[in-house]
Amino acid sequence: MAAITYDRATVQYPGAERPSVNALDLEIADGEFLVLVGPSGCGKSTSLRALAGLEAVADGTIRIGDKDVTHLPPKERDIAMVFQNYALYPHMTVADNMGFALKISGMKKEETRKRVEDAAKILDLTEYLDRKPKALSGGQRQRVAMGRAIVRSPQAFLMDEPLSNLDAKLRVQTRTEIAALQRRLGTTTVYVTHDQVEAMTMGDRVCVLKDGYLMQVDTPRNLYDKPDNVFVAGFIGSPAMNLIDVDLDGDGAVLGGRSFPLPRATMAALAEDGSKTATLGFRPEGVRLVGEGEGFPFEVVVVEELGSDAYAYGTMHTSRGTEGDKLLTLRVDARKPPMKGEIIHIQINPDEAHAFSASTGRRVSGDAAPAPGGGATRVSQA
Amino acid sequence: MTIKILNAIIAVVGGVLGAIVLYWLLNKLAELLPGRWEDRVKPYLFLLPAVAAISLYLIYPAIQTLIYSFANKNSTAFVGFDNYTSLLKSQNFQNTLFNTLLWIIIVPAAVIVVGLLIATLADRLGPRGEKLSKTLIFLPMAIGAVSAGAIWKFVYAVRPPGQNQIGLFNGIFTGLGGDPVNWLQLSTLRFNSLLLMVMLLWMQAGFAMVLLSAAIKGVPTETLEAARLDGAAEGTIFFRIVVPQIRTTLITVFITVLIGVLKTFDIVYVMTNGRSKTNVIAVDFFNQLFTNRNNGNAAAIVVMLLIIMIPVLVFQVRQFRAEEAAR
Ligand SMILES: Nc1ncnc2c1ncn2[C@@H]1O[C@H](COP(=O)(O)OP(=O)(O)O)[C@@H](O)[C@H]1O
Ligand SMILES: [Mg+2]
Repeated sequence: MAAITYDRATVQYPGAERPSVNALDLEIADGEFLVLVGPSGCGKSTSLRALAGLEAVADGTIRIGDKDVTHLPPKERDIAMVFQNYALYPHMTVADNMGFALKISGMKKEETRKRVEDAAKILDLTEYLDRKPKALSGGQRQRVAMGRAIVRSPQAFLMDEPLSNLDAKLRVQTRTEIAALQRRLGTTTVYVTHDQVEAMTMGDRVCVLKDGYLMQVDTPRNLYDKPDNVFVAGFIGSPAMNLIDVDLDGDGAVLGGRSFPLPRATMAALAEDGSKTATLGFRPEGVRLVGEGEGFPFEVVVVEELGSDAYAYGTMHTSRGTEGDKLLTLRVDARKPPMKGEIIHIQINPDEAHAFSASTGRRVSGDAAPAPGGGATRVSQA
Repeated sequence: MTIKILNAIIAVVGGVLGAIVLYWLLNKLAELLPGRWEDRVKPYLFLLPAVAAISLYLIYPAIQTLIYSFANKNSTAFVGFDNYTSLLKSQNFQNTLFNTLLWIIIVPAAVIVVGLLIATLADRLGPRGEKLSKTLIFLPMAIGAVSAGAIWKFVYAVRPPGQNQIGLFNGIFTGLGGDPVNWLQLSTLRFNSLLLMVMLLWMQAGFAMVLLSAAIKGVPTETLEAARLDGAAEGTIFFRIVVPQIRTTLITVFITVLIGVLKTFDIVYVMTNGRSKTNVIAVDFFNQLFTNRNNGNAAAIVVMLLIIMIPVLVFQVRQFRAEEAAR
């Protein structure tokens, strides 16, 4: 087990116009479960493969523990990877799949067998040890892939969307199991997913990537409560945060013909680059219903009832007609949801509102200290 | 020339029309049958022409050959197992069998090894280099064995000492200070047979390479990457991960080449006609039948060839079925 460090690591595929991973700075603590998350094509797999030694690092360094592995071949890095499609050896039995690494490392047969059986017990695979991967279900194959990683007791586990080939129910169950297994083994793990729910539920910390740039690394809680920028704000959370482009007046944002006051520090920060506009963000649960005449009018277009929760989708008019027509999401009382077409009045909780600079996309609300090590310098609006 | 082309056209058109008419008639015939019988009988009726053709051109001659193999030279009287015993006792035929065995052991294996080697190496070239090298290596496939013989005669050609050596081998050999060698007569350790095998290898390696290359490309890259992460060296990856995954293609290529080897006739016939201990079973058969006019011996040879081939064919059919089932 070891800590992992990306030190301004850049990866560019041959023939590609721009790097797929740009000067990635990331420190992963020993034993940590770190999740790389971001939309498809943002460079998650590439970052992971660079760490595994499957892609060449063009610039910067990668260290595992104290060892600089930037230019070492995969087999000298002592890490195990779980692939999206599992990459099981189709011609080998489950036991041979799991024991392959040990076997070629010259481990004694009995010792290999014992380790494989131990791992199989943990993963509930004992009765399948003599089967070929073809004769297993998706979930079982996934577990074999996990088993292949854990029998080696490597420095780190790398997992590239290991759950994306499972059905929804199994995915939820397996993600808990993987997280529990990782805590039990205490092996440093880098886990790639495009699913922010997976990221939030599994990671000790979550690293959000976009277009090859690091957007923010933090605990799930902090990502949710204090997103560094518009992109993270819109990406983390389901349903997503409401983001509205607003005009600024003297002491706040103009919303529905009224002013939504913003803290003075925020206004000062927003005014710094002389901009008259900003992006206002609030989560679906960051509002409360108020009586007519108070707050902002909100026209309900669709209501989604999920049992424990209900969400109302609708429009709120800002000073700019077009922007205001974007559907916003509110969490409403599941027992008494508003009717479709109804006009309700809402107030945004001031301490749950976020203001983002229109020019940089960075959050400037209250405590908006720039995130440490945030490699992102430019963030376009999502 | 025009007559020939005309004949060909008539044959093609006539053949196709004939087949259409035949099947149309069979269909009409089936329709005469009452109700369900029509559907029951139709498939068999449609199969009939093919079965009849196979019986006429394949099964009947096979049986006839088997019968001839127990008869004398002119097929006028039965002689029991005489043809077999005399053949098996004769030094020449033992020699032929031994050569055939050598061909069977060496060529398919060599074709596989060379084909794999080229496929693997070509895979590492750039896309253009790969295309070019594969095309060049595949080209001999398009050359008939007799033309190949003409080419390779120049490789092995010999001229008396003192004259200019036009053969490639002797050119190099005498250039290095040796005396010209008649390579195709060099039967020590069956060296001349090996030289003939090289020709078949040259012709078949491209075929093997194309199939194996496709199979190698079909091996999921992730399994190779997984093996790399598991600590396997390139050689281990090749033999433990790639080869097992292309096993079915390897076997298909092996058997195809093996059958080609068992039928090898033209190369040997053109190059040596079986002299200097290079005879193989198909050439021996040809010479028994058309040179010695000995129907009995010729038939016995073919029957023995058939007996050698049956296990191979059975294995191939099984393999084919297993592959189908695996799909
Ligand atoms: N083998 C490759 N060659 C060239 N470009 C690639 C290759 N693999 C990925 N890319 C590009 O690199 C970027 C990041 O890809 P990837 O890391 O696979 O994204 P993801 O976050 O979905 O895993 C994408 O723009 C993709 O098009
Ligand atoms: Mg990916």
